[in-house]
Amino acid sequence: MADNNPAADVQQLPEIIVFGPPTIFGHYEKEFNSRFRVLKPWESPLPLSQFLEAQAHNTRAALCGATASLTAAVLCSLPSLRLIVATSAGLDHIDLIECRRQGIVVAYAASLFSADVADFAVGLLLDVLRKISAGNRFVKNGLWPVRGDYPLGVKLGGKRVGIVGLGSIGFEVAKRLEAFGCEISYHSREKKSCVLAWFHIQMSIHELAAKSDILAICCALTEQTHHMINRDVMLALGKEGVIVNIVRGGVIEEKALVTCLQRAEIGGSGLDVFEHEPRLPKELLQLDNVVLSPHAAVLTQESMEDLYHLLVANFQAFFSNKPLISPVPHHYLP
Amino acid sequence: MVKMGNAGIMMTYEMSSYLEQQLEKRFTLFKLWESPTKSLFLDRYADSVRAVVGSTKEGADSELIDSLPRLEIIASYSVGLDKIDLDKCRERGIRVTNTPDVLTDDVADAAIGLAIATLRKICACDGFVRSRLWRNGDFELATKFSGKSIGIVGLGRIGSAIAKRAEAFGCTISYHSRTKKHNKSYKYYSNIIDLATNCEILVISCSLTEETRHIVNRGVLDALGPKGILINIGRGQHVDEHELVSALRYGRIAGAGLDVFENEPHVPESLFGLENVVLLPHVGSETVETSSAMADLVVANLEAHFLNKPLLTPVI
Repeated sequence: MADNNPAADVQQLPEIIVFGPPTIFGHYEKEFNSRFRVLKPWESPLPLSQFLEAQAHNTRAALCGATASLTAAVLCSLPSLRLIVATSAGLDHIDLIECRRQGIVVAYAASLFSADVADFAVGLLLDVLRKISAGNRFVKNGLWPVRGDYPLGVKLGGKRVGIVGLGSIGFEVAKRLEAFGCEISYHSREKKSCVLAWFHIQMSIHELAAKSDILAICCALTEQTHHMINRDVMLALGKEGVIVNIVRGGVIEEKALVTCLQRAEIGGSGLDVFEHEPRLPKELLQLDNVVLSPHAAVLTQESMEDLYHLLVANFQAFFSNKPLISPVPHHYLP
Repeated sequence: MVKMGNAGIMMTYEMSSYLEQQLEKRFTLFKLWESPTKSLFLDRYADSVRAVVGSTKEGADSELIDSLPRLEIIASYSVGLDKIDLDKCRERGIRVTNTPDVLTDDVADAAIGLAIATLRKICACDGFVRSRLWRNGDFELATKFSGKSIGIVGLGRIGSAIAKRAEAFGCTISYHSRTKKHNKSYKYYSNIIDLATNCEILVISCSLTEETRHIVNRGVLDALGPKGILINIGRGQHVDEHELVSALRYGRIAGAGLDVFENEPHVPESLFGLENVVLLPHVGSETVETSSAMADLVVANLEAHFLNKPLLTPVI
């Protein structure tokens, strides 16, 4: 479309404001800029509240990254806002009650990342049990000819796995580990009637830990699940037990985890998330029965591309008054 | 437990202290590594040795078998038989046993663990956090594992177990082996180049024989291509290591997860600096559970032999 005035073009594009910015924005900024007029608060010297007052009075749609905090205060400064598109499956950073009060609808990543996150959970678990990262360091530091044999790992097959939260991610993790010969049980807010017959339900998190060798944390972070995995749960899991967390750091009481690991009260841990990312307890860096990763469970080329298309599709639906592609289901809302 | 007191068993190296203990309880155990040289050991014990317990590191070659006139059985602490001269055993009427099945799960788990670690850069993630780099920004994008096409070379017990696990991730499975397996519905390729061309993750899980030595050569690596990764939990000699190192250094394949090497414990140092390569010190069956199951099977085979009962897992 030949047009000599690029500024006019941009003016015709629908306007969105971006909070974060989210990782996806770093990889697809050009594409977003070509489809939307994008407000970027982080590029402004103004504090957020002033920026919003000056620029976003008429902004109807927002893209929200997982590190941004859409509090009631921020939402109240966006009088025209009607849509938030979250780039994550997790929604603990968005005041959903305030959204409902203001008539703002929320779309999210739904189960887009579930396969990648489940793959990463299995990868972390195998790494902890079979010492993959530690073995890789051992070989690459030239130690194999010097020190000879390597300490034995732990077999995954036959282990009892407790899935904490049997949503989309929990189900994908369970499906994978079942193929390795693991016995699956779960703890969830409600019994899942659709669940395959061979998953045993356990009613309390404590009981699940007592009857498991491995806990896979797969639930959302809410008031109820905050610090749910505490010292009691870890002691119930026991000194051979392994905890894998690929959802939100806040589900685990981090200080208690560090203590249990240091005292060998649990056997090991695979952690992609932490309470105060990117900070984490430096004691974890000293432990070799721990595998650490920088909130990378969703970071694949494929998922970023899929996410881009999903986000754009949600915005396009909104701007043409069509139903959203991935609205947050009603039962998620408090 | 019967003490078959005088039966002399030669153990070729310190493969398992649990196995040593179990053998010492039942037999007279001669430990090769406790002699300064092999010839001194043989001078002293050769005439007393009725059984050899060997494994992937030190087996029983033609020369050793010839120097043991009373040898009746070789019980290998492994499923692989590439370190045993099987022809010589057949010639001399020597029985051979190995440890199939008990290690299948662990080796298959190691293959999947290596594949995920390589594609999802888990070792690099761990290093990134430990080097305190996270505060400076996000980690990079990796490659999704679910849904990838897996090409398996050798669809035996281990290959089948790998396939079963990969299917739970939505992966498609194809394979190459000497003959098509009619009880399997996976796509079969009668030649390995076609398999490598048509898969994204090539997994080596066949036994090492004359035919499969260097089965993964330059042609196969080129066919696998710049987006492909190689996973080897078979034997280092399955792969032309020199060509593999070159392919990795020049990006002709995307990465590799390797548990085995041509000249263990020596690994080409040019692989050490590559983040798209995950290296393990031959630990495919090295878990507490499997090591003791393997040891128990070695002992059970030897007991059966000396009590004139049927061997549990005979090869010859």
